[in-house]
Amino acid sequence: MRGSHREYTTVGRMLVWVALLGGACLFIFPLFWTVTTALKSYQEAHRYPPVWVPDPPQWANFTEAWEILPQPFHIFVLNTYTIAALGTLGTVLSCSLVAYGFARFRFRGRTVLFLVLLSTMMLPRQVTMIPIFVMWSKLGLVDTFVPLVLPAWFGVNAFAVFLLRQFYMTLPRELDEAAMIDGCSYFGIWWRILMPLSRPALITIAILTFLGGWNNFLGPLIYLNSLDKYTVSIALNMFRDQFSVRLELLMAASLIHIIPVIVIFFAAQRYFIKGIAMTGLKQ
Amino acid sequence: MRQWRPIPCESLCPLAGRGLCLTIFLYIRRALGGDGGRRGLTVSQERQTKPAGALSSRVAKYGYLFILPWVIGFLVFIAGPMLISVFLSLTKYDLAQVEFVGLENYRFLILEDPLFWKSLLNTAIYVGASVPLGLTGSLLLAMLLSTKIRGMSVFRTIYYLPSITPAVASALLWMWIFHPDIGILNHALRGLGLDNPPGWLQSESWALPAFIVMSLWGIGGARMIIFLAGIQNVSDHYYDAAKIDGANAWQRFIHITIPLITPVIFFNLVLGVIGAFQVFASAYVMTNGGPNNATLFYALYLYRNAFQFFKMGRASAMAWILFGILFLFTWVQFKRSRRWVHYEGELA
Repeated sequence: MRGSHREYTTVGRMLVWVALLGGACLFIFPLFWTVTTALKSYQEAHRYPPVWVPDPPQWANFTEAWEILPQPFHIFVLNTYTIAALGTLGTVLSCSLVAYGFARFRFRGRTVLFLVLLSTMMLPRQVTMIPIFVMWSKLGLVDTFVPLVLPAWFGVNAFAVFLLRQFYMTLPRELDEAAMIDGCSYFGIWWRILMPLSRPALITIAILTFLGGWNNFLGPLIYLNSLDKYTVSIALNMFRDQFSVRLELLMAASLIHIIPVIVIFFAAQRYFIKGIAMTGLKQ
Repeated sequence: MRQWRPIPCESLCPLAGRGLCLTIFLYIRRALGGDGGRRGLTVSQERQTKPAGALSSRVAKYGYLFILPWVIGFLVFIAGPMLISVFLSLTKYDLAQVEFVGLENYRFLILEDPLFWKSLLNTAIYVGASVPLGLTGSLLLAMLLSTKIRGMSVFRTIYYLPSITPAVASALLWMWIFHPDIGILNHALRGLGLDNPPGWLQSESWALPAFIVMSLWGIGGARMIIFLAGIQNVSDHYYDAAKIDGANAWQRFIHITIPLITPVIFFNLVLGVIGAFQVFASAYVMTNGGPNNATLFYALYLYRNAFQFFKMGRASAMAWILFGILFLFTWVQFKRSRRWVHYEGELA
């Protein structure tokens, strides 16, 4: 390997490693503390000085937290999953279609429209939040999933459109032309050629969108009123309102919210972290 | 056609990070009348729009067809609401009756509403502390994580996890950490010999710092990934040349790495400020603005006006003041950026 700025002396390497290890312990600690607290008994959770390891671990905390609200947590999990999954599907399909339009066709006003699209990324949400709420409430759709899902189907995720457009522009046009000679329509080129080839980009976007939907707080807070429509995030907030003294249950309920995120992250991490590690080594 | 392979996913993240920074930066700088980006743009445009011959007008029609979902979405969910929001900000509106009041909402907020100023000040302090600290932390972390040593992927994972932890869940666990009596943070501080540790979220003077500390937990997230991609894309040739000239590691960092990743720094700065100005979920869950409005952030006060007091007009006016502040900030940054942000094409 060529000489590089990333080559350190053995001492430098050790120092970097120690710094990273110390930081890592600090950063993982809050999650560790959540897990141990979630497994403590009520007395252990409130004891001072703090108990480090629960003895014995109270696995029943999870079942109790699951059932303690008037609706069981699987309702909230299912609601959140439905909203996040439908939004993700809409984002992936509509944004890739729009990106295809911007990447492959020349039309008047394209640059301006694309600039407008990019600048919406910087628009604070508060500016449009109130009229959109008024619109949904006039349509009688508040307290349904529609306001949380439908906008995603219109390609308004500027980041996703941008990423996919960049990706499509790296794919050779000869592919389109060959498909066209074989009798493929423009729509067919998108669906049969570009969509399969952009799978890694689509998966990255799908994961990020899904996590965004799973973690979303402000949207469900504004639009969902009845408990059986609640998502995990606002159910958790309600949990905090009603049972703030039951620390161990609160932490168990938080874990119900966190664990799916971590599972998805580990299942898919090569799509968004490992990739960078490898490009770093390539040069 | 068979032999050709799609781009592997490894190149995707730099595409997302560095590509995003560069392109957005160039586009917007051009739109604001700078000429820095023009050269790069025309080249890429020529490359992508190979003339389509006699088909071109039909092709254009298809272009419009494919971007139609976004055009509709933009009109219905962005442009339309923005216009309505301007109108609403000039009215008194409680979801039932609209009454036109002119600039009264703005006048009231600016001249008569101490909570408006309080929330703006709180938010400004939060942004002013958490963005520079967060950017520095992310950059430092990215530098450390760009070294090739054992176990790097484990470190990356650990540092990344906090940023994808759901906001409500992380608010709850930090509430517990910050607990003044039985919280682990004050336990640690007492262990270090501090007899009277701060009350954090329950203290008027320490609640805001607590939010800033908490925001630093997320420095390993997307911002750091974008820095990392930027650092890893700096060509080794520059470093080799600098080494021959006898530059040490610190000098190489200051004179090579930093200048070459200025577009990334700029991008993270602009989006970081816009994001931090909208801090909401953690404040809503942890303190609900208290104690004594010490953590009443702008977005929280706006939310209260709109959805608790049903003063939709006043909340819309607040939204436009926020927009004005952020627009002004972004505009000034873009103007000033020509002095300190370089991209490789310009350097050459």
